[in-house]
Amino acid sequence: MTEELVSRRDVLKTLSMGAVAGSVLQVIPLHAAEYAHALIEAERANKAVGYVAKFFPPHQYRTLRMLCETILPADAECGGAIEAGAPEFIDLLTSENSEYQLKLGGGLMWLDDACADRYGGTYLECAPQQQKEILDLIAYRKNASIDESLRPGVEFFSLLRNLTSDGFFTSKIGIEYVGYLGNTFLMDFPGCPPVPGL
Amino acid sequence: MPNLNARRTVYDVCIIGSGAGGGTAAKVLTEGGLNVVMLEAGPRLNPEKDFKEHVWPYELAHRGADIGARGRLQLNNEFMAPNGFWDIEGEPYTTAPGSTFRWFRSRIEGGRTNHWGRIALRFGPADFKARSTDGMGDDWPITYEELAPYYDKVESFIGVFGTKENVPNSPDGVFMPPPKPRCTETIVKQACDSLNITCIPSRLAILTKPLNGRPACHYCAQCGRGCISAANFSSSQVMIPMAQATGRFTLIANAMAREIVADKSGKAEAVSYIDKPTRSERRVYAKAFVVAASACESARLLLNSRSASFPDGMANSSGMVGRYLMDSVGSSLAGYFPQLEKVPAHNHDGVGGMHMYMPWWRFGRKNDFLRGYHIEFGGGRHMPGVGMCDWVCAEHEGYGTGLKQKCRSSYGTIIGFSGRGEMIPNEKSYCDLDPSVVDRWGIPVLRFHWGWGENELKMAKDMQETFRSIIESAGGTVLGGPIRAGQTAAISEGGTIIHEMGTVRMGNDAKTSALNSNCQAHDVKNVFVADAAPFVTNPDKNPTLSIMALSWRTSEYLLDQARKGEL
Repeated sequence: MTEELVSRRDVLKTLSMGAVAGSVLQVIPLHAAEYAHALIEAERANKAVGYVAKFFPPHQYRTLRMLCETILPADAECGGAIEAGAPEFIDLLTSENSEYQLKLGGGLMWLDDACADRYGGTYLECAPQQQKEILDLIAYRKNASIDESLRPGVEFFSLLRNLTSDGFFTSKIGIEYVGYLGNTFLMDFPGCPPVPGL
Repeated sequence: MPNLNARRTVYDVCIIGSGAGGGTAAKVLTEGGLNVVMLEAGPRLNPEKDFKEHVWPYELAHRGADIGARGRLQLNNEFMAPNGFWDIEGEPYTTAPGSTFRWFRSRIEGGRTNHWGRIALRFGPADFKARSTDGMGDDWPITYEELAPYYDKVESFIGVFGTKENVPNSPDGVFMPPPKPRCTETIVKQACDSLNITCIPSRLAILTKPLNGRPACHYCAQCGRGCISAANFSSSQVMIPMAQATGRFTLIANAMAREIVADKSGKAEAVSYIDKPTRSERRVYAKAFVVAASACESARLLLNSRSASFPDGMANSSGMVGRYLMDSVGSSLAGYFPQLEKVPAHNHDGVGGMHMYMPWWRFGRKNDFLRGYHIEFGGGRHMPGVGMCDWVCAEHEGYGTGLKQKCRSSYGTIIGFSGRGEMIPNEKSYCDLDPSVVDRWGIPVLRFHWGWGENELKMAKDMQETFRSIIESAGGTVLGGPIRAGQTAAISEGGTIIHEMGTVRMGNDAKTSALNSNCQAHDVKNVFVADAAPFVTNPDKNPTLSIMALSWRTSEYLLDQARKGEL
């Protein structure tokens, strides 16, 4: 079994069995471990909240969650887009906005189609390396000017990235992450603190 | 059948509109002993319930983006005080072919003063003498010196912070101490000093000391959401309670004025209005009428007040009602300032608005356009909100931990600049009644005609050059394109600065103006206008303070007339 062929099912199965010697987890590289971490987060949050998507069908919503977490992942400092509630926020707005329905709903289908053409499976069925490969193509405008067929993906990803950022940076963890210290009551406003060079 | 007419209540004064002008008139007239009724097209305001002060974005399902993201990057986002919209369902307006104009209306007690920027600038002496100064537009029938005592009264009553600076044609007022500058303002001030651009503490209607039972600001930067403690000025929380305290004030909410009805002698005797909840038409009678529905809405009401005596609308024998519509010239540019990445996390909130601004600093010099503009600016470590990372996402692209960190390091590093300049009134810009469209209440709607003049375009270009030079000399990088949604060119779309003025202008000549020097209709002596409709010019100073000063003056004149038995 090569690392590219490690599927989501394999990862979950392995995780559920625990770190058994010789399991598939021991042979997958670091980026797959990150992927696994995101998956655990996703599954955990799914169970805890029991959120039923308003607009996206289950498969699309699972894909959306994965993408959100990949755009702004959990790291050593704080949680990621899923913990921040970005997928629910995006689903709510999309359920009320026909332009988003077209761009995000259609975009997710485009992504699965593109993955099927290239790798023979949906985005979620792709190996982490394959997922990274397609995202690296649609995450940059310049790729669409080289390969026009990528443009729908680039447009989709650009909107999703903006909305994921909205969801993350308006969350409690996102606000703490940037270090915003206001929204409080002060008797007097102290002004700019001493900063060398200002 | 009882004779309803015989028992009908006749108030001394009926005020239409509860915003800056209407609220001021209500306070002055009731305190002067008159019995006043006010019509407001929207509901009463309940700050405790209606304001979202101190709410975090994550406490709202839409995080501030509002339903379907309609408030994303818009002025009327979910947090703002209940202040109306660019579009109100069932109450349309139209634009003539070739014109673009947007009209922000508020239908609630207090009107747009619930959300306004609190920028409280006096007009200057030259602003009242436009034609005498440069031959364009017209002179006002009053001088700065005549209005100055009323500026004093308004500032003393509402509370305005600022500093005495002696800037030519940007008069000082009665000021409370200003708040200390934020880091962003320190940076910009240094750059302005090096460019010889005047940068001084701003002048905002926000208390920095307690006044008349209102507490001082607590520095949460959320004035636009409405202030539950009324530390900033709104008509609903500062003017109307004073009127109510007299016991001589009646506010009829959800009352959409349809027309002012004249008696056989040509005097106004009633306002016919729609009671929105019952969709029924009612009348309220008074001896005098103060129209303060906002410039365009006041023009609409007068144009709709047609009768045999007034076939073209009330107070409109001159044909001037709706004419000389003005908005401020707006232009915006933002910059990224790398030195702000090094600023440690701190509370940057301050008041809801800028602590510093640039008054017009080239007054009296030779410029390649007439009149002038002031500069507003803001940015830094404000409460994160939707759209905050759009520019990082667009510039940095990609995804993952790198993007997350880039958003954080870029947080608070943007400063946006906006110019607010004087528009010279022109023949192309006016509103009239659309001959074929009515609103859901059956009232004919306004149709807007709009065109900027050459002078305004030159001014907007100058603004862009100035912003660029400030950004660059402060060590920043210009971010591509104007930052405000809907703004595609260097100059703002007509109406979008929300400074409509001049549609029922005052003047000494009844042939070229609708109102006399007391904002009293030339044609109908018991009709007054008390919003920005009487303004003859639109200086680069935001209109609200002048609306209140002029309304106060008009109200004192009306009181004097009442005492003399002239009503």
